[in-house]
Amino acid sequence: MRTAFIESLCEAAAGDPNIWLLTGDLGYSVLEVFSQRFPDRYVNVGVAEQNMMGVAAGLAMSGKTVVAYSIVNFVTLRCLEQIRCDICYHGASVKIVGVGGGYAYGALGHTHHGIEDLSVLGSMPGVDVVAPADPIETRLAVQTLLQRKGPAYLRLGKAGEPKVHQNSPAFGVGSIVPVREGRDVLFITTGGLLEEALRASQQLVAAGLDPAVWSNPWLRPFDVARVTAAAKDFAVIVTAEEGVITGGLGARVAQIISGMEGSRARHIGVGVPPEVGPSALSQKAARARFGLDANALAAQALAAMKRS
Amino acid sequence: MSTERPNSAVASGQPLTSASEQSTREFARRLRVHVLRMTHRARASHVGTCLSIADVLAVLYGAVARVDPTNPDWHGRDRVIMSKGHGAAALYAALVVRGFFPEEWLDRYCQDGALPGHVTHRGVPGVDASTGSLGHGLSLGCGMALAAQSERLDRRTFVILSDGELDEGSIWEALMFAAHHRLGRLFAVIDYNKIQSFGRVEEVLALEPLAAKLRAFGWNVVEVDGHDHAALSRALTQLPQAAPTVLIAHTVKGKGVSFMEDRLEWHYRSPSDEQLAAGLLELGAVV
Repeated sequence: MRTAFIESLCEAAAGDPNIWLLTGDLGYSVLEVFSQRFPDRYVNVGVAEQNMMGVAAGLAMSGKTVVAYSIVNFVTLRCLEQIRCDICYHGASVKIVGVGGGYAYGALGHTHHGIEDLSVLGSMPGVDVVAPADPIETRLAVQTLLQRKGPAYLRLGKAGEPKVHQNSPAFGVGSIVPVREGRDVLFITTGGLLEEALRASQQLVAAGLDPAVWSNPWLRPFDVARVTAAAKDFAVIVTAEEGVITGGLGARVAQIISGMEGSRARHIGVGVPPEVGPSALSQKAARARFGLDANALAAQALAAMKRS
Repeated sequence: MSTERPNSAVASGQPLTSASEQSTREFARRLRVHVLRMTHRARASHVGTCLSIADVLAVLYGAVARVDPTNPDWHGRDRVIMSKGHGAAALYAALVVRGFFPEEWLDRYCQDGALPGHVTHRGVPGVDASTGSLGHGLSLGCGMALAAQSERLDRRTFVILSDGELDEGSIWEALMFAAHHRLGRLFAVIDYNKIQSFGRVEEVLALEPLAAKLRAFGWNVVEVDGHDHAALSRALTQLPQAAPTVLIAHTVKGKGVSFMEDRLEWHYRSPSDEQLAAGLLELGAVV
């Protein structure tokens, strides 16, 4: 995802001299292609994320479109008030990019578990919040966000994620990306869990079910219409997010379903509880532990289908 | 965004003559009168901090800053950021005296849907940045100054800080950044009235030796009497240097109203009817 990010950023910057890139002293072996090509529009602000966000806002308030890059927690939680007051309140075109979303850096310990970002950023006023599933969605997200005015948060994984999409899908602002058609159980994922849901769906097919799989990169704006329709069409909706269950994808889907009248889907919201977890935890182990890997998702969907 | 040149109403950006000093003194007097009336009417706090920065704002808006009330979004204007956003009443009053919006707007200070008690740019001509949480403005100013530097514009960026605000670590991040990037057209002004929210600065979290710290951070440091208009003007109109410039403006909290001067309580209290009358009398205003 990081490679897709920097490639598409460079393409955009070649056509738009107002695009700047700031980093909080991270991005080794990723950002060099930008800094070498556009040295006048690249600043490593140092390990100072609060200042980075203020500088980014000041640049944006002077007509620039600014990408601010670091590891998820450093570029969101560390400088949250700067995001709220300096970026959001001014409607500044600062595109915050966090790498290491979820447990991508899980083995590095608690400080590097990027699990509250989507929930917290989703509470900030007027921010686009996007967590692409793979390098193809990443590229589309970068292109789309750079063309939109105002603040955005882009949550990336790390490097080397597989392409899940075969081709470039339709990627409208705030739109869910359907990946697999189906009739009885629907998986909606955000970020890199799409591949787990696709593998879970294969297990369900083997069990005689007809599952659908949707990728939901846009936490904000959110595809209320499609989720509302799905709640009428499917018996079970399983949401999966590599982040806390308080305030993310599942909470949003539950809010929509709970406001509907009449018969509607049963919702299973899978995610991480907002508790102190184990320290070193690889992404694979984390997904297994929190019920987010393919086996666990398939099992939860099957159990829910039996109960429904 | 407008790129037109300013009209003749733009301040000269030159050091004060005695006539213009008279006019910035009158600017400051009117600003203080507004502040007393606003905080009294709204029963609002922060009158002391507004009075301590009144002379800095009067010199900035009355003589130094190249801004244009008829074209507030002019791209080439100097930027002024009131990082100590609780001095909002003083900033709004300065903008009224400078002619950015009608005096009547001040009557509704802190009322529903009107000018809030911390600085907002939303719907308020002449405000370059919204503030209110301390420690944000200098970074914003760095971004604006960096943008100007990259476009080779000669506009300046002025950031007004409080002394208590220097407790915030983000300020020191920004101080390092500005010096590293040689933002020579960035000016910070520290309203050093020696009293912060809950005590004397030296008792809460000592800043001294402040000038030495700022010099060590790579800034050009000028210490001035923050109520001396000629000195303020000289420091704020000096030719740009390689390093950013910080004015340590030694001020008195509550300056201009004797019973408010150097008293912590006027961070919180709003003037009663009698106190308003007494204050206006001292300021030579009609009660």
